[in-house]
Amino acid sequence: MNYVIEMLNITKDFPGVRANDNVTLQLKKGEIHALLGENGAGKSTLMSILFGLYQPTSGTIKVNGKEVAIRNPNDANDMHIGMVHQHFKLVHNYTVAENIILGKEDTTVGFLKMADAIKRIKSLSERYNFNIDPNALISDITVGMQQRVEILKMLYRNAEIMIFDEPTAVLTPQEIAELMNIMKEMASEGKSIIVITHKLKEIKAVANKCTVLRKGKYIGTIDVADTSIEQMAEMMVGRQVLFEVDKNPMKLGANVLTVENLTMTNKDQKQVLKDITFSARAGEILCIAGIEGNGQTQLVEAITGLKTNYQGDVWIHDKNISNLSIRNRTLSGMGHIPEDRHKHGLVLDYNLGENMILQSYFDEEFQHNGFLNFDAITEHTNDLIERFDIRCGRGEKTSSRSLSGGNQQKAIVAREFDRNPDLMIAVQPTRGLDVGAIEYIHDQLVKLRDQGKAVLLVSLELDEVMSVSDRILVMYEGEIVANVNPKEVTENELGLYMSGSKRGEL
Amino acid sequence: MKNIWKKFTTAISRFFHDDAGVSFLASTLAIFAGILFSFFLMLAFEPSDAFRGLSIILSAGFREGMSSLGNVVVKSTPIILTGLSIGFAFKTGLFNIGATGQLTVGAFASIYIGVHWTFLPGYSHWMVAVLGAIIVGAIWGVIPGILKAFFNVHEVVATIMLNYIAMYAVSRMVQDFVFESLKSESQSVHPNAVIPKMFLDKVFPDSSVTGGFWLAILAVIIIYIVLNKTTFGFQLKAVGHNKDAAKYAGINEKMSVVYAMAIAGALAGLAGAVIYLTTSGAHISTTYILQPEGFDGIAVALLGLSNPIGILGAGIFLGYIKVAGLYLQTLTFKKEIIDIIISAIIYLSALSIVFKSLGRWLVKIIDRLNAKDPEPVAKTGGDE
Ligand SMILES: Nc1ncnc2c1ncn2[C@@H]1O[C@H](COP(=O)(O)OP(=O)(O)OP(=O)(O)O)[C@@H](O)[C@H]1O
Ligand SMILES: [Mg+2]
Repeated sequence: MNYVIEMLNITKDFPGVRANDNVTLQLKKGEIHALLGENGAGKSTLMSILFGLYQPTSGTIKVNGKEVAIRNPNDANDMHIGMVHQHFKLVHNYTVAENIILGKEDTTVGFLKMADAIKRIKSLSERYNFNIDPNALISDITVGMQQRVEILKMLYRNAEIMIFDEPTAVLTPQEIAELMNIMKEMASEGKSIIVITHKLKEIKAVANKCTVLRKGKYIGTIDVADTSIEQMAEMMVGRQVLFEVDKNPMKLGANVLTVENLTMTNKDQKQVLKDITFSARAGEILCIAGIEGNGQTQLVEAITGLKTNYQGDVWIHDKNISNLSIRNRTLSGMGHIPEDRHKHGLVLDYNLGENMILQSYFDEEFQHNGFLNFDAITEHTNDLIERFDIRCGRGEKTSSRSLSGGNQQKAIVAREFDRNPDLMIAVQPTRGLDVGAIEYIHDQLVKLRDQGKAVLLVSLELDEVMSVSDRILVMYEGEIVANVNPKEVTENELGLYMSGSKRGEL
Repeated sequence: MKNIWKKFTTAISRFFHDDAGVSFLASTLAIFAGILFSFFLMLAFEPSDAFRGLSIILSAGFREGMSSLGNVVVKSTPIILTGLSIGFAFKTGLFNIGATGQLTVGAFASIYIGVHWTFLPGYSHWMVAVLGAIIVGAIWGVIPGILKAFFNVHEVVATIMLNYIAMYAVSRMVQDFVFESLKSESQSVHPNAVIPKMFLDKVFPDSSVTGGFWLAILAVIIIYIVLNKTTFGFQLKAVGHNKDAAKYAGINEKMSVVYAMAIAGALAGLAGAVIYLTTSGAHISTTYILQPEGFDGIAVALLGLSNPIGILGAGIFLGYIKVAGLYLQTLTFKKEIIDIIISAIIYLSALSIVFKSLGRWLVKIIDRLNAKDPEPVAKTGGDE
């Protein structure tokens, strides 16, 4: 059988890390091939090599049986290889069409042939039911739509081999289902797809083959149809993974977080938070569930102080923090794992050590009379690296930018947990993490709760909501529309609350 | 023999794997390219004098022994400070195009104090004059800082406007307060207000060098420490790199911008003081000219890659080239040609960032050569 892509014995070294160690991946025409592995296993690196962003240290790549050198993304493009990156690369104040033709502009005597381009984009969009307006601005469309723009970009360039790096991490369940259909459709037309994902269910649903990496090494390639989710997880982590969260009965204490009559109006005079009142008690994991964009982000921004244009009150224990600065809220006992790890969670140009003290550099432990204590920082960072299993090449000196996506997330989680706050606000804490790391973080959240802390978990993933939380508040259009116990509600019912078709008792 | 070569290349490769090493290599390559280019320019304009020109450029600082070097020091002192001002602002995420304006108001303050506050006894006079320049420069920096932090006015626009305001206002104030009408420029400052030589006259006799150079060195050290060793610098840089994350971490990102601009302004103001608190006949003229040291600072900061130590080296290099420009006048080159040659060197060197990738490429080649007989790469971290 002949393969469209063969990556044979690929090895890639970064300073201090062997990101890929003798890895082989073979892709057939019309196949959907999943790439599975823990955070930092080297998946993105392997795909970046195929897309010409990195050069392998050793190993060969064959396209349609012919050995090739892919020196840069243009080479990849010429070989009809396209890629959708983990973090999209779109120009926000350009239109959909402008983004798609960017770098591949057709012109007549110097003028863009925009009309032709738009026509072609429209017909592609119709063929796959993308439902996209070529003249819309990127900044005005949803993340799911932006991803379709990235896909259109590949189709527009006649890509035959398509690489998706964690395409579902940022999508709603509905969008995920649609994306899967699109992928199947494209595969049935003879396009070959490689998809990186941590969600084993998705692999089960779309992929034919699955290649597993562990710590840069090639573990094997399996037929998805003959392998169970548990087997795949074990292959990838090297041990059995518990998918159920182990919880003791909860011991409720006093209110830790109280939110009273919180209202927020945005620039367009739209009420994004409508009179929200609730409290989270010591010893419980309170989950805010809902479809993305129903006010969860704004709620967290108000509680943490990132936005202050709200009315109403926020209390931690007996202290009204509504008018406090962010620093003073943090010091009142608040931990915050932010939604956007690149925007808020990390200073990417700081190294790992510097990021580990981002919230506590002023603490006596890390400074004396305003001078940083570097020994203490190193020790602290090494301790966190070890306890939270952050995979990094050069210890505290590792540049945060070079960490794999999942390890960046682990670093943030480590920093916030280590501060031992009374209230932990965790927004999508497991986004982009592998099953082993998810298990670990869920355990940690439960441990916090068992120590009598309050956890406010904001999550879009129904699985997570159902298995981790002790109580669920559902948000819809800026309001809390239900207050339910996960043991007494079905996923279906939850879906109805989330879509606004049903209201519960508060 | 082969072994020694390998040890040598491995050591070099280790040094250049460091970011600092690559930067150093890049700046050196940039300087080299600049000088080479100037040589071609000279070949084009005055082929007969090109080689002599090149030798002058290379040897300028030593032509008349220590006194030439002294001139290098004099020329470099203010541009080290303006370079530091711009580089520091850059590290905190700000483009301080306003160094020239801050320098101008600082210069006026120091001259005003130097001329009028003769009641100050002995050494205190020059110290107060320097301090005055620092404070007034800082205030001139704070204005765009506040505009940026609280009114969202981009600092480039604000500082450019303030440069012109400073230029016209100072020209006016020189005429009103410290005018020497015969020469149509500012009066000379009181001898007590001249920055003392602080032993530099022993090292560089027959030059107008002053202790201002020590002040510049001191500033380099302080800025280096602030940026790299203190919580204050940690905050400022965090805001510079990612102000959303800084905000998330509870850093007051607005005040941070104001502080950073204050310090940048103070440094430029100090540059003003070291130019004019001398006996060498430096006076503010009432013609409308933006002080060039403020813009040279941009080149210094670029060549020094905004690193205080790099800026010190870059400032001295640019001072050296400027002295070379003076000596080139002894040949047949026209004044304008000399300006072009000198600017070519300065601006090509300022492109050192471009040479960074060339530097990395060189490092890679060295690595390849080494890899021919492989030696284990030093593993420094926890990952297997
Ligand atoms: N540019 C780089 N420089 C140095 N090290 C790097 C670089 N890119 C990746 N690495 C390292 O290589 C390893 C593999 O990273 P990679 O991004 O491929 O992981 P991944 O499998 O995609 O993980 P995740 O699921 O978390 O996205 C990590 O240890 C990472 O720190
Ligand atoms: Mg990745």
